[in-house]
Amino acid sequence: MIDPKDLQLTGYRRPDGRFGVRNHVLIIPVDDLSNAAAEAVAHNVKGTMALPHPYGRLQFGADLELTFRTLAGQGRNPNCAAAVVIGIEPKWTDRIVQEIAKTGKPVAGFSIERSGDLKTIEAASRAAKDFVHDASEIRREPFPVSRLTMSCKCGESDTTSGLAANPTVGRSFERLAAAGATLIFGETTEVTGAEDLVMELCETPEIARQFKAAFDDYQALVASQGVSLVGSQPTEGNIRGGLSTIEEKALGNIQKAGRCRVVDFLEPAHEPRKPGLSFMDSSSAAAEMVTLCAAAGAVVHFFPTGQGNVIGNPVIPVIKLSANPLTVATMAEHIDVDLSPMLRFEMNLDQAADAALRMLERTINGRMTCAEVLRHHEFVLTKLYRSA
Amino acid sequence: MTHGILMHEPDDDVGVAVADLAAGSDIGAVTLEGTPVGTVTLRAAVPLGHKVAMRDITKGRDVIEYGRTIGIATEDAPRGSHVHIHNIATKRWAS
Repeated sequence: MIDPKDLQLTGYRRPDGRFGVRNHVLIIPVDDLSNAAAEAVAHNVKGTMALPHPYGRLQFGADLELTFRTLAGQGRNPNCAAAVVIGIEPKWTDRIVQEIAKTGKPVAGFSIERSGDLKTIEAASRAAKDFVHDASEIRREPFPVSRLTMSCKCGESDTTSGLAANPTVGRSFERLAAAGATLIFGETTEVTGAEDLVMELCETPEIARQFKAAFDDYQALVASQGVSLVGSQPTEGNIRGGLSTIEEKALGNIQKAGRCRVVDFLEPAHEPRKPGLSFMDSSSAAAEMVTLCAAAGAVVHFFPTGQGNVIGNPVIPVIKLSANPLTVATMAEHIDVDLSPMLRFEMNLDQAADAALRMLERTINGRMTCAEVLRHHEFVLTKLYRSA
Repeated sequence: MTHGILMHEPDDDVGVAVADLAAGSDIGAVTLEGTPVGTVTLRAAVPLGHKVAMRDITKGRDVIEYGRTIGIATEDAPRGSHVHIHNIATKRWAS
């Protein structure tokens, strides 16, 4: 049985002491208008990656703060060696530059007003080129699992998820938590039906209260839209697959937490404050959730799936695990860890966790995941409400 | 007898079929940890991913899976029954 303390992990040490497992030079557009320039820079300079997105204009309040935090979080993420930030105007651009600069890593900001795209692209390309030269000379070095931050979220779930793939992540997380790793889970909406269990897992009444407040807040939002969730879960597809009640569906989801205690409650895209498992208030939509995890500083992600969600992320490697024999057979190019032997009684839960942790070790040390190889770069901002 | 049922917890009321199981067959159950927990004779066909009663579940009683309540029995479901929406219901939403 693998103890995560024995994993041989290597990564890129950043100036703030955190370790990345990838070494990106990111080109971050502040707003939709700057996507073209950001993508041009990424085209000009090998070894860079643009993160185009559709927002960043006329947002306000908590929604704007979340966008800022999510964008800055990509640059702050330890998988990012250096960042170029491009925005239409200097003020918001500089806010993101300043947030990234707090990590001590190289960052440069450019604004398009008074320069135009072409001059901006030239200047930003020159900065990006220098960053790539420097990043390419950073060597991997060993780091202990206690310095690892990672996340999990499931998608396209079916009965095999609750039965095998989610418990495998849960067992892995139990061992990782015991070894001092920092872990993130969330999906505020998907725990409906088992929110009482999440509250029981919380280490203190205050954490449970914060979780419940976020949970109730979401339920109130649904009600405010004139929508009733009564009877909506489980879905027809879930029922065909064998799920009978919303409690059963939610319990299957929460297996990802294993028996870990929840040591903290985080607002969306906030970096964890302590080792162990934190609950982050987050959407259950796969790309939104993984993007928020990347913003919070997770450097790698476990994604158990039943029917075969193909999601990836530009900044963090997403490791897919599935126990559904049909998915593993028909979508083999998307599945990093085949857990279908669990359904044939050829692999018990501890052996499955060993397989997951081995793939985690290989991925951290540089093995590209299925999603990375297939260019799944889903980068999706969570929007809290409409813009002005 | 073949193995065909996985159980999250050894004391759960229900296990999950890991293949399409035929009525009348004797099927062995194993926990996720790999421990055998006896056999059950199926009273009905149970498709992959669906639940099997591992003990007699009487109407009105909570049904336990994952060591937790997943709903309430709306009909008696004797050991070996297919357990699904025809004999259990959520406790969260009045239907």
